[in-house]
Amino acid sequence: MTSSGPGKSARRRRRQVPSVGRANPALYGGMPAAGGPGGMAPRLLELADELRREGMAVGTSELLDAFAALEEVEWTDRQRFREALSATLAKSQEDRRLLGLVFDRFFFRAVEREAMERGIEEGAPGEGGGERMDLDALRERIRDALSAPQGSDGDLRDLARLAISAFGRQGEGSGVIGVDVQRIRRTLGLKGEQSGAELPDPDSVPRERLREFEGHVRRELERALIERTGSLPPSRPLRDFDRALPTGAAQDLAAVHRVVTQLRRRLATQGRETRGRSRSPAVDVRRTMRLSLQTGGVPIDLRYRPRRPRRPELYVLCDVSTSVTSASVFFLSVLHALHDSFRKLRSFVFVERISEVTEVFERERSFEGVSRAIAGDAGVADVSGYTDYGRVWHEFLELVADDLDPRSSVIVLGDARTNGREPHAEVFARVAERAGRTFWMNPEPRLYWNYGDSVMAAYERYCDGVFECWTTKQLEGFVNAIADLGPVRKT
Amino acid sequence: MEFQSIEETRAGLDGAGYLADESTALVCFLAQRLGKPVLVEGPAGVGKTELAKALSRATGRELVRLQCYEGLDEAKALYEWNYKKQLLRIQVEASDAGWREVRDDIFGEEFLLPRPLLSAISSEQPVVLLIDEIDKTDQEFEAMLLEVLSDFQVSIPELGVVEAKTHPLVLLTSNNSRELTEALKRRCLYLWLDYPGVERELEIVRLHTPQLSEHMARKLVEVVQMVRHLDLKKPPSIAESVDWARALLLLGAEDIDAETLRSTMSIIIKHRTDLDLVAERVGVKLTDDLIGSRQVG
Repeated sequence: MTSSGPGKSARRRRRQVPSVGRANPALYGGMPAAGGPGGMAPRLLELADELRREGMAVGTSELLDAFAALEEVEWTDRQRFREALSATLAKSQEDRRLLGLVFDRFFFRAVEREAMERGIEEGAPGEGGGERMDLDALRERIRDALSAPQGSDGDLRDLARLAISAFGRQGEGSGVIGVDVQRIRRTLGLKGEQSGAELPDPDSVPRERLREFEGHVRRELERALIERTGSLPPSRPLRDFDRALPTGAAQDLAAVHRVVTQLRRRLATQGRETRGRSRSPAVDVRRTMRLSLQTGGVPIDLRYRPRRPRRPELYVLCDVSTSVTSASVFFLSVLHALHDSFRKLRSFVFVERISEVTEVFERERSFEGVSRAIAGDAGVADVSGYTDYGRVWHEFLELVADDLDPRSSVIVLGDARTNGREPHAEVFARVAERAGRTFWMNPEPRLYWNYGDSVMAAYERYCDGVFECWTTKQLEGFVNAIADLGPVRKT
Repeated sequence: MEFQSIEETRAGLDGAGYLADESTALVCFLAQRLGKPVLVEGPAGVGKTELAKALSRATGRELVRLQCYEGLDEAKALYEWNYKKQLLRIQVEASDAGWREVRDDIFGEEFLLPRPLLSAISSEQPVVLLIDEIDKTDQEFEAMLLEVLSDFQVSIPELGVVEAKTHPLVLLTSNNSRELTEALKRRCLYLWLDYPGVERELEIVRLHTPQLSEHMARKLVEVVQMVRHLDLKKPPSIAESVDWARALLLLGAEDIDAETLRSTMSIIIKHRTDLDLVAERVGVKLTDDLIGSRQVG
C-alpha cells in the first residue's frame, strides 16, 4: 500500500488543478473569457454561486479579492488554496465552516466530473498494491494514524481506501453510503473519545481525527460509486444533512438580526418627535471657538451640538412557558438580536413569575450560550409551568416602575393565555400608561386569539399595536407597521 | 522588510516571537501583497493584538495603535484642529495682516493635530496600524473608517484630501461582542484565531520559558487546555498560560499537583466562581495523577 499510495494521491492532485498558469493572469479584472472552459475562473464563479445558494453573501468585490489572492499563493497546495479562499470570501466563523463544507463537496464533484469526462479510472481500491492485510493489523494502523497528533491527508485517504477494500471482502455494502461508513467504523472498532469520561479509554481516538477519517471513507465510497455507475449523483443542498446546526433557529438568526437593525432605526428616529423640542440645546465649545476665528476670536455666533436622537429605551418581556415552546426559540433569537442593536435594553423572561435576563445577554455572546443559560441557571422562577400574566404585570411594574418613562417602549412577546387566572388588565394598563409605547407580539394566528383561555382582547386596547408574529417575515411586518403608526403618544 | 512568500512570513513572525499557524501566515502575507486590512476575530486572549505587535517587529515597521472604546469619535481617531493655537496665531497677527492671509495660514498642517489614523496614513515610513477592539465602537465610527480602509485617504474639508504616502499594514481586532457591518467586513480579509492545540501551545510556552522542563510544560498546557473546556466565565488566555509557566519557574515548582494548582491557580483564573469550579474539577484529576501520565505523540 505504501508503494501505491503516493502515486495515487499525486495523480489526484494533478487533476484537481486544471491549467493553473494559463488561466491565472486573465482572471483579475473580471475577464474570465481567456480562462476558457477548463480554466479556474468559471469554476470559482460556480463555487461562489453555490455558496450564495447556501446563504452566504459573496459579493463581486470579495470574488475579485479571491482572484487577487490566488495570484499570490501557490495553487498546488490544496490547504493554501482553501485558506486563501476563506480569508477573502468568508467573513465570519460560521461562513468559514460553511465554506469548508461547500469547498469539499464542490471540488470533489468537480474532480469526479473531470475524471468521468476523460474516462480516467483508478481501479478498484486496494487491488493495485497486491498487498493483503488482515483486519487486525489494519485496525492497529488506523488507530495509530488517528491518535498521532498530525498526519498527512494523503495517508488517511489511503488508509480509508484500504479499510473500504477490507470491508468489501467481509461482505456486501448496504448500498447506502452513510450506513456503510458507520459499518466500517464499527468493524474497525473505532470509538471517539468521550469528552466527559473520567478515565480515558485506551481504545478511543480523538473525535476530530475520527470525523476526518470518516469524511475520507465517505468520499472514497462516493468516488467508487461514481466510477461504478458512471454518473454523478445530483448535488444535494447542504442544509439538509451537513448543515444541521445546534438549533434550527440559528440560520434564521441572521434574518432576525437584519430586521431588528431596521427596528432600531425606526424606533430611534421616531422617538425623537416625542421628546421635548423646547429643551435648550448645548453649546458646542469647539465649533463655536472655531467659528469665532472669523470674528477675531470673539465668539459672536454660537454653535450648538446637533441634537442626536437619543437611544430608545426598550423593555422586552418574553413568555417562555410551554404553551409557546415552538415560538420561544424565535422569541429568544429576537431578543438576542435586539441586544446586539440596543444599548438601553432590559429583557425579561417569564412563566409564572418574571425574571430579568439582561445580564445573561450581555455576558453571553452566542445564541446557544444564551439559550443554555436561560434554560439553566438564569432560569425563570417556575413553579407550576403555567403562565400567570396578572402576577407578571405586578412584578414587572414593581421592578421597573421608576424607570419607565415616555421615552421607553415596551414589547411583549407572548400568547396571552392565562390558564384561567386573573389577567389583571388594569395593571397592564398602568404599565402601558407609563411607557411611551406598548406593542404586543403574539405567536398565535389572530384566529385563535380570545378563544379558550386567551385574553388578548383585554390587553389589546392598551397597546399601540398588536401583531401576529412567529416568522421573520412577520417581524418585518411589525417593523414596517410601527413606522406607519408614526409617533403615537397617548395623552 | 517585505515578505516574499508565505514561508518567509511565517519565519519572520517566528523570529519576532510569534508562532503563526498556516492560515495566519497566509493571511498576513496576503494582507501585505494585496494591501488590504485584516479583520482578526477570536476569543479574548488568543494573541490578536500580539499578532500586530509581532508583525511590526518582523517587518521593522512602527506600530500605530488605536484603542477603540465606546464614544470614540473622529476628533480622537482622525484629526483635530488645534484651535487654541489658531486663536493665538490670530491674536499675534491681528493688527496688521490681512484677513485672507490669516485665513489661509491658520488652516495649514501646522495647526492640525493628527490622531492615530491620520498619522498612520501620512507617515513617511510604512507603519503597522492596529485598530484594537473595533467592536467596542458604534456603527457610525465604522462607517467613518471605510474611507480610510478602502482608499487609504482622509478628507479634511479645509485642506482637501490627505492621501497615504505609504501603504500601512492594517489590522483590526474584534472580540465579537457585536456583529460588525457588512460594509466593513467586505473591505477586509478575514482571519479567525482560536485557542491553539496542545502541541502549538506547548511550543509557545516553551518559546517564552525555555528553562521550564519539557514535562512540566506539557503538563501545564494540558491543564490549561482542560480548564478551557470547562464552562468558565473567562477561559485562560495564551498569555496567562505563559505567565503561569513563568510563575512556576520562579517558585521552583517541580511538579504540578493539586496543591501547586490551588496556590497558583489565580494566575490563570480570574473569577471567584471559576476558581471553585476549577479546583473541584481539575484538582481532583491532578490528585489522581491522570494528567501528564499519558504522553501524546
